[in-house]
Amino acid sequence: MVMKTSEESRPTESAAGATTPWPADIKMRAAGLDFYYGGKQALHSIGLQVPTGRITALIGPSGCGKTTFLRVLNRMYETVPHALPQGEVLLDGEDIFSLDVVKLRRRVGMVFQKPNPFPKSIFDNIAYGLRINGMAREGSMAEAVEKSLRRAVLWEEVKDQLHKSAYALSGGQQQRLCIARALAVEPEVLLLDEPCSALDPIATAKIEELLFNLKEICTMVIVTHNMQQAARAADYTGFFLMGRLIEFNKTAVIFKTPARKETEDYITGRFG
Amino acid sequence: MSLRTRWRKIVNVVMLSLTGLCALFTVSVLFFILGYLLYYGGKSLNWAFFVNLPTPVGESGGGMANAIVGSGKLLLLASLVGVPIGLLGGVYLAEFGGRTFSFLVRYTTDLLNGVPSIVMGIFAYTLIVLPMKHFSAFAGSMALGVMMIPIAVRATEESLRAVPLVLREGALALGASKWRTVATVVVPAAIRGIVTGIMLTLARVAGETAPLLFTAFSNRFWSSGWNQPIASLPVMIYTYAIAPYDDWHRQAWAAGLVLLGFVLLANIGARFLVSRGVSFRQV
Repeated sequence: MVMKTSEESRPTESAAGATTPWPADIKMRAAGLDFYYGGKQALHSIGLQVPTGRITALIGPSGCGKTTFLRVLNRMYETVPHALPQGEVLLDGEDIFSLDVVKLRRRVGMVFQKPNPFPKSIFDNIAYGLRINGMAREGSMAEAVEKSLRRAVLWEEVKDQLHKSAYALSGGQQQRLCIARALAVEPEVLLLDEPCSALDPIATAKIEELLFNLKEICTMVIVTHNMQQAARAADYTGFFLMGRLIEFNKTAVIFKTPARKETEDYITGRFG
Repeated sequence: MSLRTRWRKIVNVVMLSLTGLCALFTVSVLFFILGYLLYYGGKSLNWAFFVNLPTPVGESGGGMANAIVGSGKLLLLASLVGVPIGLLGGVYLAEFGGRTFSFLVRYTTDLLNGVPSIVMGIFAYTLIVLPMKHFSAFAGSMALGVMMIPIAVRATEESLRAVPLVLREGALALGASKWRTVATVVVPAAIRGIVTGIMLTLARVAGETAPLLFTAFSNRFWSSGWNQPIASLPVMIYTYAIAPYDDWHRQAWAAGLVLLGFVLLANIGARFLVSRGVSFRQV
């Protein structure tokens, strides 16, 4: 597995035992990450760095491991029995496997493929994360909810119906609600697992635009099946194939001058 | 039309009629019972029935107020035992159980459900009535409560399983612990199914007579507290129906109507809840 980087995000290879300062422009780093489902190995020695404040896209054909990798980043694989990662994943220099999982998930949030709002009101959906993490007293809850809804570009559409059920919203609105809900706990990283795959193009465009505006406050990693989306929205792209990271670089490089033949074949649609 | 075609058509008609008749018979049994109860029970149903205590034989104007209240009390205490245990047991099976242990629990729960109610009665008699040396509402409630557990467990477990995994993951991804997710997202999402299960289990247990015969026994007066024998509708029906007094027969019909009314209401209410239930509207 070859990892190409530009001058901007210089990897600091740490020698055994040496402590190098964690660079500010890298948010998360995986090194030598293997992943097993039962006896089967799903990821092979993945190593990549997620740059801070940027959108990183993970592309690849179905079953290539990109979603598996994404779910390691906030330890969501723990809901599946016999799922076992091996290797190193660091968030701001800290090993995520030794962190308290609840604290990790507050810092690394997730938006799922199909919108999954809770069967509660719009307000309570957003407030849920705040309440369970003790993040806002009931008095300031309304402000916090408004802030999240504005960031997800949903406030104007729902401000008069905050106490209606979340299920009354359309698909695109529900997904933006889920983004607002994830943003409410002010995560440092937001993981998005094919967030627009169940939505129409207009809803997709709205979401891509809001993700662009979120870069200032949040690092994002987005798994997508849609190459045009990666090309449009992402700063960096990683190409996965059969559980391996084939190539990782700035999006422009990946799409215009890929270094590996597999990448080029995928990009040009020869398979996948 | 050839002979074969004609034969086929005859067979079709015969089978359709046969199956239709059986379905009709099934439905008509219920309506028959209902009709009988409405006729005979309806005649004897009056305000006195609901408000008065049983009177000595020969006196008119007796009622079953104590039995109605008694059944209510028994069901209340039974629910306090059966519902929490059933609910939490169902939560364990759906959310936390390992494969083998869950299988065992589920299997034994189903077996428990099949235990004849009179055996439950003997069980409660031996464990509670004998040491206490008298019949009591407490013993009756315990017998009924234990009978409620299997249905509550299964209904809770199935309702919880019906909640999609993504809903749980959404909560976990926000930093909720497993238990918190279950309590604040999964159970509220499944609440309709759970309530339905509880209503059905109440309906089932409300009419159980055998266990009450030697636990709660009966009482022709008001009972206070939980340590005294208590009257209940099913036992009163039994006592009055086999007695040689017409007035008592009429009251037994009325009691049957009231009991069936309660059971039907609980069942229909439960179905209504389920049918109105929206499931998790996916995009």
